[in-house]
Amino acid sequence: MTQVAKPGGGSLDGPILLISTVFIGLLFAVGAAMSDDPLFQLQAYIFVAAAVIGGFSLNAAMSGGLLNNDASKYMDGVVRAGVIATMFWGAVGMLVGVVVASQLTWPDIFYFSDFGWLNFGRLRPLHTSAVVFAFGGNALICTSFYVVQRTCRARLFGGVLPWFVFWGYQLFIVLAAVGYLAGITQGKEYAEPEWIVDLWLTVVWVGYLFTFLGTIWKRKEPHIYVANWFYLAMIVTVALLHIVNNLAVPVGLLNHSSVPLFGGVQSALTQWWYGHNAVGFFLTAGFLAIMYYFVPKRIGRPIYSYRLSIVHFWALIFIYIWAGPHHLHYTALPQWAQTLGMTFSIMLWMPSWGGMINGLMTLSGAWDKLRTDPVVRMMVVAIAFYGMSTFEGPVMSIRAVNALSHYTDWTIGHVHSGALGWVGFISFGAIYCLVPWLWKKDRLYSNNLVEWHFWIATTGIVLYICAMWVSGIMEGLMWREYTPQGFLAWSFIETVSAKHVENIIRTVGGLMFLSGTLVMIYNLWRTVRLPSVETSDALSAPLPAAA
Amino acid sequence: MTDTVREKDEHSGVETTGHEWDGIRELDNPLPRWWLWVFYACIAFSIGYWVLMPSWPGVSGYTRGLLGQSDRAAVGKALSDLATVRGAGAAKLKTASLAQIESDPELQAYALQVGASIFGDNCATCHGAGGGGSKGYANLRDDVWLWGGTLEDIQQTLTYGIRSGDDQARMSQMPAFGRDGLLQPAQVADMTEYVVALSGRKAAAAAVTRATPVFAEQCVSCHGPAGKGMQSVGAPDLTDSDWLFGSDRASISSQIHNGRGGVMPAWGNRFSPETIKALAVYVHANSGQ
Repeated sequence: MTQVAKPGGGSLDGPILLISTVFIGLLFAVGAAMSDDPLFQLQAYIFVAAAVIGGFSLNAAMSGGLLNNDASKYMDGVVRAGVIATMFWGAVGMLVGVVVASQLTWPDIFYFSDFGWLNFGRLRPLHTSAVVFAFGGNALICTSFYVVQRTCRARLFGGVLPWFVFWGYQLFIVLAAVGYLAGITQGKEYAEPEWIVDLWLTVVWVGYLFTFLGTIWKRKEPHIYVANWFYLAMIVTVALLHIVNNLAVPVGLLNHSSVPLFGGVQSALTQWWYGHNAVGFFLTAGFLAIMYYFVPKRIGRPIYSYRLSIVHFWALIFIYIWAGPHHLHYTALPQWAQTLGMTFSIMLWMPSWGGMINGLMTLSGAWDKLRTDPVVRMMVVAIAFYGMSTFEGPVMSIRAVNALSHYTDWTIGHVHSGALGWVGFISFGAIYCLVPWLWKKDRLYSNNLVEWHFWIATTGIVLYICAMWVSGIMEGLMWREYTPQGFLAWSFIETVSAKHVENIIRTVGGLMFLSGTLVMIYNLWRTVRLPSVETSDALSAPLPAAA
Repeated sequence: MTDTVREKDEHSGVETTGHEWDGIRELDNPLPRWWLWVFYACIAFSIGYWVLMPSWPGVSGYTRGLLGQSDRAAVGKALSDLATVRGAGAAKLKTASLAQIESDPELQAYALQVGASIFGDNCATCHGAGGGGSKGYANLRDDVWLWGGTLEDIQQTLTYGIRSGDDQARMSQMPAFGRDGLLQPAQVADMTEYVVALSGRKAAAAAVTRATPVFAEQCVSCHGPAGKGMQSVGAPDLTDSDWLFGSDRASISSQIHNGRGGVMPAWGNRFSPETIKALAVYVHANSGQ
């Protein structure tokens, strides 16, 4: 590191970003004026508004000297912003989840005929994208920015680039969310946004890749820590998945919609290659990275096995990528492809469990912390849910099991044991660790509130997934029941009515999980308001003196 | 840069790898044996499955597997099994007339099963799970029929639909009296009172008097002089308590203003004639006849 940035500017990244922002704003202003497609105009106006706000903020930050790139310090402002964004989007996404659960439970009450944009069909992708990409994505970005700096002993690469990644990603979320409500979708699960938003996310994601790779490049540690392998695998693979699954020809440069490049079963296979690996690399690999840093860091014990981490990492990323066809059992997909999807899912069982073993066994020598530290307990329960859902997944991929479970609530329960139990709890654990570290407090405001959060949310998850097991298996059995004369015994609507009680329990479970999150937000807010302490250990911002 | 220093972990007695990141170290434990063997077992299972079942693609075609199992063949067998189970009933349904079906208790029971199954997944969407209907969708459980309630009438409606675009569809269109300016807003309000009076409810007498000649001029051709309706054009009886688009004054006024007519798809191009017959028998029986 020979280059020392002068305080108050001197580097070119800020001005370049400002010029790009103005250019993009003008481009979309012209586009909005020329287009006769109201949905394109809606997206363009959001871009213009973002460019105006972003441009003025950037200008103010530059003239205020806020963009000084002091290489002797960790870049923690963007991590703090990420923590806030994670909790904000988490609460929003979970709230929308409770609303859609209520719509399924009481369709007469939660049907808003005057507000078409509140229909289940619009809100459902809003819920899934808000929790996966807005909550989960922000958790991944902010923890990765924290972890890569600490484990590389280097400030984030790219000057103002990490801030661009952060705000660019928030803009992606707003564009996608407003788009869903307005009815913009390309009808691909977890990949609903249309081509303009897809392109924007590509730009942001490449910025993320550069930030992360650049930081690893200038690291002051001889080796790359295992958490960073997982983060990097996540970033690279998600880029690949996102681009291939969204290959499409726009209807027009001033039109919001597009025609996908693949059709028929090829399109379906590409979609589920994407969809399954969004689970595999975004929700599994990315959050394993969180576990690999925050669990050993919090309990102060070494990782159980270096060899296991290498073997399960490579086995996981090699095998996961082939498992997507199990989403298309008994469809137009050729049977041989279903076989391969199923067998690769079964082989995936142990590579997934490698992460669980490494996480749980790291506690050996510190099991008492389960009792004394609710944050540790939260992360350990996350690992337990991870183990359970990565066992359930291969079981459900077996064709004979899938014949019963496919399209039923069982799948919804499976996803939520992973999303609420694993992704949610490991992120909560990490953020409970991060907030005192980032805001320089010696403790959380209240461990008691963490206990409350833990028990409310855990009970909520158990209610949720048990209700979905019962209703899923019930409706699966009803769908396949024949009368002696060879006619289906139940019409679809009868199988829906039969799930009413389970739907109520599910709504209550979801409401409890949301309540726990609100308790957490209150606890974090009070923590931030505690008096700061000057910490002198490695957690404080300045880099250790270079050797 | 720190040199690699392997240390012994005090708790487990296992050596570390000597790496350290931000205080985090790693133990040099071997892979857990059980983990490794289960992993191998899963791989062995998969290889066995590939040998037995359709699996790897080649340049042309794919490996068929030693068991010779095929989803396509399995579906074919399941369908022929189903034909055996349904057997006699299905064959009889093809040739029997509607009246014959109703007079043969065994065949009727079979037709009702077919009808219930088809109705639940196709018709219940609009007409409700029990056929009870809702605003804009006819109640099929009573004996009030817009287009006729005999077996043949129902079969005709099912096959060609109502305003479905099919050449032989049930077709009629009530004028949008208000929207198209055929009646002035005051006349629509008067007519609303008139229709309320027709169904035996209390209405403003002066308005009814004013609307009487208008009804005779505009409405009788379909609804009849007494407002009893006409099934040949799907014009509802206005004197009963059965209302397709609502019985309150706002709903009636809106109907006179807009002249809405519901649409039912033609099912003849989706279901076989015998399925339609079974459905007609089911709907007929469901209405209490």
